[in-house]
Amino acid sequence: MFNPIKTAIYIAFIALQLGLVITADVGFYQQTSALLLLWFAVIFAVTQLLNQLTLASEQETQYAKFIKPLVPALFAFILLLVWESIVKGFAVSPILLPTPSAIFGALISNIPTLWADFKQTYLKAVLAGYILGSLSGFIVAQWAVKSLFLRNGLLPLGNFMSAIPIVGIAPIMVMWFGFDWQSKAAVIVVMTFFPMFINTLAGLQSVDPIHKDLMHTYAAKKSQIFLKCQLPQALPFIFNALKLNSTLALIGAIVAEFFGTPIVGMGFRISTEVGRMNMDMVWATIVVAAIAGSLSYGALALLEKSLLFWHPSLRSGSKR
Amino acid sequence: MLTKIIEKKWFALVSLVLALLALWYAAALVMNGKQIIQNYERKHQTWTYSQVIDQAYTVKRPMLPAPHQVAIELKKSIFDKSVTSKRSLIYHAQITLNSTLLGFALGSLLGILIAIGIVHNKTLESSLMPWVIASQTIPILAIAPIIVVVLGAINITGVVPKAIISMYLSFFPVTIAMAKGLRASDTLHEELMYTYNASAKQVFWKLRWYSAQPYLFASLKVAIAAALVGAIVAELPTGAQGGLGSRLLSGSYYGQTEQIWAALIVSALLGSILVWIVGLVEKRLLSRRGGPANV
Repeated sequence: MFNPIKTAIYIAFIALQLGLVITADVGFYQQTSALLLLWFAVIFAVTQLLNQLTLASEQETQYAKFIKPLVPALFAFILLLVWESIVKGFAVSPILLPTPSAIFGALISNIPTLWADFKQTYLKAVLAGYILGSLSGFIVAQWAVKSLFLRNGLLPLGNFMSAIPIVGIAPIMVMWFGFDWQSKAAVIVVMTFFPMFINTLAGLQSVDPIHKDLMHTYAAKKSQIFLKCQLPQALPFIFNALKLNSTLALIGAIVAEFFGTPIVGMGFRISTEVGRMNMDMVWATIVVAAIAGSLSYGALALLEKSLLFWHPSLRSGSKR
Repeated sequence: MLTKIIEKKWFALVSLVLALLALWYAAALVMNGKQIIQNYERKHQTWTYSQVIDQAYTVKRPMLPAPHQVAIELKKSIFDKSVTSKRSLIYHAQITLNSTLLGFALGSLLGILIAIGIVHNKTLESSLMPWVIASQTIPILAIAPIIVVVLGAINITGVVPKAIISMYLSFFPVTIAMAKGLRASDTLHEELMYTYNASAKQVFWKLRWYSAQPYLFASLKVAIAAALVGAIVAELPTGAQGGLGSRLLSGSYYGQTEQIWAALIVSALLGSILVWIVGLVEKRLLSRRGGPANV
């Protein structure tokens, strides 16, 4: 199946395209449109390579673990290559769409500014709002699981809230809590409360009655029942909400900054640099936001894996 | 008798809503009252609490308008204005609705197509799936205004840029649920199709498409709510001529709190109506296959 000569040719095609993009002048497709033909070869080569890698990652070899992340990585690399080639080759105005290399350049040369924005938006607003919102959702769910009255009242309200655009409260919160990070945290608290509440409630209610009976026969105290039976059972649901909230929180903070902010913060950076048509800086900020979002999601997923190693959805047999 | 009423769903809901309204009035009193007191003290006038309470619900630009003030604003901007007027919330809601629906349609279509590709092609799954998930950890809403501005620069204005944001937000839940649903067909049925020597196309149209439907509708409800959020946020940049989002922004610029609240309430209503309609279609379609399957 594996043919080193063919593979070498495929890689050579991609390298050729890469070399073309790096060395050729801006607007090379407009001058010689025949260069576009290279894409047929490149796309064919990429599909073949991706197929080979997928096959290789499915065979039970010792390398499968390392090959698996290569597939999406190669895919993303090709996407960036397409982006760079089109923008450079057709001389697209940088105001419309900067090249990935320009974005990377802006990212590297503006690290102090971006770090200050990150500190303001993420370390202050997002973390504070996220923790407060998730925690209060969790606590209210504890009350609701014991009281039918609260459940009946809050669940329809929660469903209603999930259908409405909560980010809309951002201007109100900015008016109430001022321009600094407190108003952004307040938006995030409202945004993250209900997902956490609904998920925790569903998790706490999913406890098997037999388990409860067992705890009862052990004469377990309420705190013991909670810690050893209810909480572990609810953890997968709670992690779902935590992951969902991590994205929501970042969105809430950035959107709220559009409505007013001190002169620092990711939302502020985006809106001012758009005004100055400084698109590579805008995209650099977005890259920072994307990295922050993905890393927090990934960290939560890792934490879930280590805490829920016993859960059927994470045991190796039923992995999907 | 009394415990029976307390356990009723409507009772809990009604009392909660009443409690919220009461809380709202109290909060409005406190927040607006503070403003009024500050005003008095700035002018070195004497004031009494009864004066403050009198004025708290009639201030022109209150910190927090009382519910009845919002209701009056709603009535003014919905019933008293003609539908084509720029001050009518119906007019703005319909602008937002257009881009929401277009984005929702495109997004669901894209989501379904990606899911079909993922289910049928191993390479596509391993190269695309991680990025589908990663795409949602990117706060795309944050760049919504840019996309609108950039597309406006190349003369694509109006409904399309907003619909693109809605599409991006709504394709994800559909992709995930469809991929799951297309694989959820009964193994026995799959084996039966295999013994019939069915082609992949036949398996898809006669089996998988039906096994995926309950999943599809559950995700469509999420998707349409997300599409609405996308449309509203995309309207935030000043370039937008109308829509609920631009009402929010202009309200916040000019301190018209009643206008903000009215726009918020209309968008909430719009959101819940859209979700309700999808739910209705779901019930109709799924009842034909023997009761709504709750998946």
